[in-house]
Amino acid sequence: MFRLAKALVVLASATLVACSVSVNYDSGDQLDLSGPDQPEQVAGYYGVGKAASPEEIAGWDIDIRPDGLGLPDGSASAEDGEMLYEDQCAVCHGSFGEGVDRYPVLAGGEGTLTESRPEKTVGSYWPYASTLWDYIHRAMPFAAPQSLSDQDVYAITAYVLYLNDLVDYKFVLTRDNLASIEMPNRDGFFVDDRPDTSNEACMNNCKDAASIRITSEPELVVDVSPVVKSTATAPGY
Amino acid sequence: MAAEGQKLPIAERRNFLKNGLMLAGGMLAGAAANAQASDKNLSLNLPPNLPKWSRSLGPGVLTNPYGKPSRFESHIVRRNVPWLTADRIASISFTPLAELSGIITPNSLVFERHHAGIPDIDPEQHRLMLHGLVDRPIIFTLDDLRRMPSTSVIRFLECPANGGMEWRAAQMDALQFTHGMLSCCEWTGVLLSTLLQEVGVQESAAWVLAEGADGAHLSRSIPMHKAMDDALIVYAQNGEPLRPEQGYPLRLINPGWEGNTCVKWLRRLEVGDAAWYHREETAKYTDLLADGRARKFSFVQECNSVVTFPCPEKPPTEKGRYELQGLAWSGRGKIKQVDVSFDGGVNWRRAHLKGLVLAKALTRFSLDWDWDGGPALIQSRAVDQTGYVQPTYTQLREARGLSSIYHKNAIHTWRLHEGGKVTNVQIS
Repeated sequence: MFRLAKALVVLASATLVACSVSVNYDSGDQLDLSGPDQPEQVAGYYGVGKAASPEEIAGWDIDIRPDGLGLPDGSASAEDGEMLYEDQCAVCHGSFGEGVDRYPVLAGGEGTLTESRPEKTVGSYWPYASTLWDYIHRAMPFAAPQSLSDQDVYAITAYVLYLNDLVDYKFVLTRDNLASIEMPNRDGFFVDDRPDTSNEACMNNCKDAASIRITSEPELVVDVSPVVKSTATAPGY
Repeated sequence: MAAEGQKLPIAERRNFLKNGLMLAGGMLAGAAANAQASDKNLSLNLPPNLPKWSRSLGPGVLTNPYGKPSRFESHIVRRNVPWLTADRIASISFTPLAELSGIITPNSLVFERHHAGIPDIDPEQHRLMLHGLVDRPIIFTLDDLRRMPSTSVIRFLECPANGGMEWRAAQMDALQFTHGMLSCCEWTGVLLSTLLQEVGVQESAAWVLAEGADGAHLSRSIPMHKAMDDALIVYAQNGEPLRPEQGYPLRLINPGWEGNTCVKWLRRLEVGDAAWYHREETAKYTDLLADGRARKFSFVQECNSVVTFPCPEKPPTEKGRYELQGLAWSGRGKIKQVDVSFDGGVNWRRAHLKGLVLAKALTRFSLDWDWDGGPALIQSRAVDQTGYVQPTYTQLREARGLSSIYHKNAIHTWRLHEGGKVTNVQIS
């Protein structure tokens, strides 16, 4: 299968070269995907590395998928998660998931995605509940990643879902029901279809000079430290 | 204008400081003469005088075993925008593009983006685990990877949020902040396709999850077609081991794709039959459009360009002929042409592509330019080998609205004021 994929890639590269003959470029960056002359490569050709044991893999294999693949045993209710959330999460995310300073807002924002200041939260934006379990387990709490037990992750996940009115306070989140939780924005995403613009490389009299207005300009400042107007907006990544 | 006394443009201010340093040095030779010198042309180090450094010995070899820039270039550093993020642990710093030449970004100046700070990794104790839908799950050491065939390529690396603060309006005051989440290095490592062949990928494989060893364990789902194309597992950058900020000792490079997919401190690759939809490919790094829907897996960094001289940090200093310079790049391949306008996009002149023109790399362009001292609205517009033309703000906003955050590649405008000040503007 991948010998075929490789052949397609090589073919695609050749096509690109053929399309650009009118331009005189250096061609020194052509990636040589064929590698040096050598016998047909099969798995284990280089013979380096050591076999990963099931135990070694289990220790690092932490990823969870929307279909629930990867979830460990466990179950906990939103109620179970309330105190954990207060202790472990609220200092940055706020007791109600409202966010402190520029730390992420976790709850609210329903119906704001088309507004001028959309609030992208777990409830308003995230397509899958599995992402929440995965991320809390993977990277939270911020200062002590992967310090939570699986049981605690179930509890906090349930509580954040509760903060978003997606489950009841008594709801018990389990390995088996997590994938079936339907997030409000589940169908809000589509696969990249760019390019979505089609400008033209016009060279002369491309627009009416009299129509040009300066629509925005930051305050002029003297230092290289960034200063911005009070309307400054952070992208919130 | 009297109030402008303290508002020296950056470059003038820098010259003032530099002159001050030169004068301070000259003091040793002739304090009286220099005390009165207000013009650097009066320095005792200039013709016809013999500079003091020509009449003495300097420090010997190994004064700086690794080496460092001249003390006169200490202003060339990464900088951050404090209000962007809650702290500096999960934050970003910017490359000083105005100060760089050619297409290679020095390792010390490559912008940083961390989600849990910079881990301090002992390479002897670092491992890359490759498992999932493979015949032979393997754990590689750095030495193992260095035994395999290496590939070196020059490729840009850009955060998809580069310029993201400008979606609604011009608000950053320097090139470093409007475009500085951008760099270009020579990366050396092993093709991911080679590693995948080594472990034997199974028929149902469609995606590869890449995961970091930092506290964020940052993870992204990479489609198999990219993994089998030009994705690289790199251990070196511009000839030396990766810097800790750039993923030491091992990172993924997906040429032309979002910097965020180029997972740093890479510890694990898992082959699977579906995407994982983790936080950095759902909550973040998706592009919210005006209708409330969002693009996902928007991997490619589309064609973009910016004029690097003149710019707010480097305004012209006097009337006359200059070489205007800039950078263009495209995640879809090579830059085909760059045009420059001085009148806000009414008329354009074809720029010269300088030096190496490489696929998915920064490409430097230039244009001889006679500045008459008057105002101008300076823009650059790049076209890549696919024929894609960098869009205007109007076109980009019509297509996406204002809430996308990422992938802002609109034609940028510098306003050159009469007298030489340069500011960041957006125009109709």
